[in-house]
Amino acid sequence: MPFDAPTPDRKDGQVLPIIGRGLVLERAGRRIIDNVDLAIESGGISIIMGPNGAGKSVLLRLLTGLLNPDAGSVSWAGRRPDRTRAPSVGLVFQKPVLLRRSALANIRYVLRGAGRAERRRRAEQALARAGLGHLARSPARMLSGGEQQRLALARALAPDPDVLLLDEPCANLDPAAAGAIEALIRDARDRGTRIVLVTHDVAQARRLADDVTFLHDGRIVEQTPAASFFDKPSSSAGRAYLDGRLLID
Amino acid sequence: MQDFGAAFGEAFALLLGFDPALMEIIGLSLRVSLTAVFISALIGLPLGAVLGVSRFRGRALVLVLLNTLMGLPPVVVGLLVYLTLSNAGPLGPLALLYTPTAMIIAQSILVTPIVAALARQTIEDMHAEYDEQLRILGVGRGGMVATLLWDARYSLLTAMLAGFGRAIAEVGAVLIVGGNIHHVTRVMTTAIALETSKGNLALALGLGVVLLLLAVVINAAVMGLRATAARWAHA
Ligand SMILES: Nc1ncnc2c1ncn2[C@@H]1O[C@H](COP(=O)(O)OP(=O)(O)OP(=O)(O)O)[C@@H](O)[C@H]1O
Ligand SMILES: [Mg+2]
Repeated sequence: MPFDAPTPDRKDGQVLPIIGRGLVLERAGRRIIDNVDLAIESGGISIIMGPNGAGKSVLLRLLTGLLNPDAGSVSWAGRRPDRTRAPSVGLVFQKPVLLRRSALANIRYVLRGAGRAERRRRAEQALARAGLGHLARSPARMLSGGEQQRLALARALAPDPDVLLLDEPCANLDPAAAGAIEALIRDARDRGTRIVLVTHDVAQARRLADDVTFLHDGRIVEQTPAASFFDKPSSSAGRAYLDGRLLID
Repeated sequence: MQDFGAAFGEAFALLLGFDPALMEIIGLSLRVSLTAVFISALIGLPLGAVLGVSRFRGRALVLVLLNTLMGLPPVVVGLLVYLTLSNAGPLGPLALLYTPTAMIIAQSILVTPIVAALARQTIEDMHAEYDEQLRILGVGRGGMVATLLWDARYSLLTAMLAGFGRAIAEVGAVLIVGGNIHHVTRVMTTAIALETSKGNLALALGLGVVLLLLAVVINAAVMGLRATAARWAHA
């Protein structure tokens, strides 16, 4: 029998708000994350933007407890991140990692609690919602890049997490596929999932953002409601980024 | 050397006629080696998986030891098992010496390091890739090992086939602890050694052909597994 994820009762703990305080991460003598404070409260879509190497992916790893900060702390609803509540915090990696199983089995893997038939039904439903119904039996790792990204998103959404963090989910996608992912994100938001999205796509950020956090060199240089960021960014770094000027110093 | 052709003919006659003496020997060989591989998998797969996912002091030493054990000379294993099972040995009272059980024990000791070392390498590579993804899903250590074992199943079956190939072809260990007793502990390799020395080439050749065929089957199975794995992007 293929092994599936264990069955913690994820309603035994809330995770929101997720709060990072004074986060520092150093590697090879360099501060990759430098004294970051960030709070993810309930509701809406937050966008994290910033140039390559700013520390966006690392920040998501800190907030999800995959990495431990060298200084500062992360709390989920006031307590340290723990494994039993992990299913309530979804994360789609920049490079999705799919199991060596069929597309359907990848989703079934994360569905817990329900009986066999019920899990299968929910997995099929999640696949269909991501427009991958016809690929249920295909080996997940044989799907195209865009299909893999959609599958990774569908898998992250299937357990109905309270928070979903997405690391550039639309990189390499054609406009229609990116639109499909945006629709899935909006849909999840409307069903009450808190979304945190890292993207380089300014147009997409404008369409989705409630607020924007701009990260540069491991520091948060701007954190504002979406409208004010796109219309009049207060930081010179944010302005330069939006103008498409490279941030090389 | 005109004997040779005749011996071949006789050998095929024995094979095609399903000669009872021949079949008995083949049957015992398969029973002993398959059981040894089964036991080795029960021990070696979890051991390799745990080694593949954990980091502890002295791990490098354990890995060097394991890789060394992979190349254990069968006669040395035979000798050690003999000493353990002989009347004066610690397990002497069990009276296992010169039984198929003793042969299974010896071959399990030979094969377990092979299965464990190959499994360790496979699992470690896959773990590097899966670790964060499984942790974010809240999968614990036990679930992680189970998931890796399942997703690496084709490579692990290949490791088991490698172990079976070594067990079925090995002569030193089964000879020492089994004693090559007719109807009791005579297997293909020990029979070939004996019959050849007695000049009974037909039986020896017949058994040799079977061993060769088994090697072909094993290699075909390995290739089939590789192809299947590739189809599922297991690479
Ligand atoms: N484990 C690590 N060890 C050493 N350096 C690391 C490690 N992880 C990340 N870094 C460094 O930290 C910096 C930030 O990396 P991160 O992946 O967070 O960037 P990013 O903002 O996500 O960039 P991109 O837009 O290209 O995805 C990079 O310079 C990277 O080289
Ligand atoms: Mg990144």
